[in-house]
Amino acid sequence: MTLWLIIIVASLACLALKLSGYLVPPAFMERPRPARVANLLTVALLAALVATQAVGSAEGLVLDARVPALFVAAVLFSVRVPFIVVIVAAAATAAAIRAVFGG
Amino acid sequence: MRFRDAETASALRAAASVGVAVSAYGVSFGALAVTAGLDVWQTCVLSLLMFSGGSQFALIGVIASGGLAAGPAAIAGAALLGTRNAVYAMRMGPIVGPGLFRRVAAAHLTIDESTAVSTAQTTLRGQRVGFWATGILIFIGWNLTTLLGAVIGDLLGDVSRWGLDAAAAAAFLGLLWPRLVQLQPVVVAVAAAVVAVVLTPWLPAGVPVLAAAGVAVVVGLGNWFGSREAHTLAEEVATDSVATHDAHLGEHRHDGGEAS
Repeated sequence: MTLWLIIIVASLACLALKLSGYLVPPAFMERPRPARVANLLTVALLAALVATQAVGSAEGLVLDARVPALFVAAVLFSVRVPFIVVIVAAAATAAAIRAVFGG
Repeated sequence: MRFRDAETASALRAAASVGVAVSAYGVSFGALAVTAGLDVWQTCVLSLLMFSGGSQFALIGVIASGGLAAGPAAIAGAALLGTRNAVYAMRMGPIVGPGLFRRVAAAHLTIDESTAVSTAQTTLRGQRVGFWATGILIFIGWNLTTLLGAVIGDLLGDVSRWGLDAAAAAAFLGLLWPRLVQLQPVVVAVAAAVVAVVLTPWLPAGVPVLAAAGVAVVVGLGNWFGSREAHTLAEEVATDSVATHDAHLGEHRHDGGEAS
């Protein structure tokens, strides 16, 4: 599977999902379950991605400079610092820890 | 008939502030996509064709840790994160109105932010202006800043020395944060993170993330840890969108609050 194929297939799947919503009869909107599952699906996937990006590696689980960087990001998000500033601060934290302690 | 009535002006203001804020994310997406192994062209095509931040970050996140072998998991992850856009599309259907071309164009622009700004307006005209203005502004801004970020990422080279791997985790946290407003999503987030971490040493890259999605299905169908009264889909979308809207607007919180 080439990278281009992955990109095209995933993009078409996402576009098809958007289009499907415009084909569903409005009566479907009165049902609470599909909306609840879709919203929680987003939460679960993002949380799982946070976790695997923070401690995952090719060898399994690794605790390194990413964990304190993520902690810094969480503190900054909690006080409503803008997204782009938090991202730079998190990267700078990890880079600084690695520069000082190596690895 | 005045073109610039108060409602239209308010919708355009909200669109402009959200558009500028969200476009800035594009730089981090572009840089992270290149460090995940995509070239500048592939990164730009992803922003043009997929045009959904959460799904795009998910795709490059899984590719970064699992490479081409994780392709199917990366596609599934991006698609699952895209399911909420289908919910938004149902909400936007009556606002966008009929017409094949108009609906296809609207579908492409149906994302968290365009839905949020639209649902925050009080008249149909304001909702229409809010949707199209936000969608078009973000489409232009997101693609230009993706290109900028991809070029910067290309120049930076070594990923971990600049802390860009930590930036990826922080980016997902930033997308997640505005959704943690009630007990139910918090419980789902914690449980999903635990499931993903526990499974990571045992399963191929990307698969633990998909397994964690099962938490959402179980909790969502049973409505565990949820509120007792039944919400309609429209209310769920409005709540969800306004939460996202608030986070993006920051100091302009009142814009989103009025509609809820």
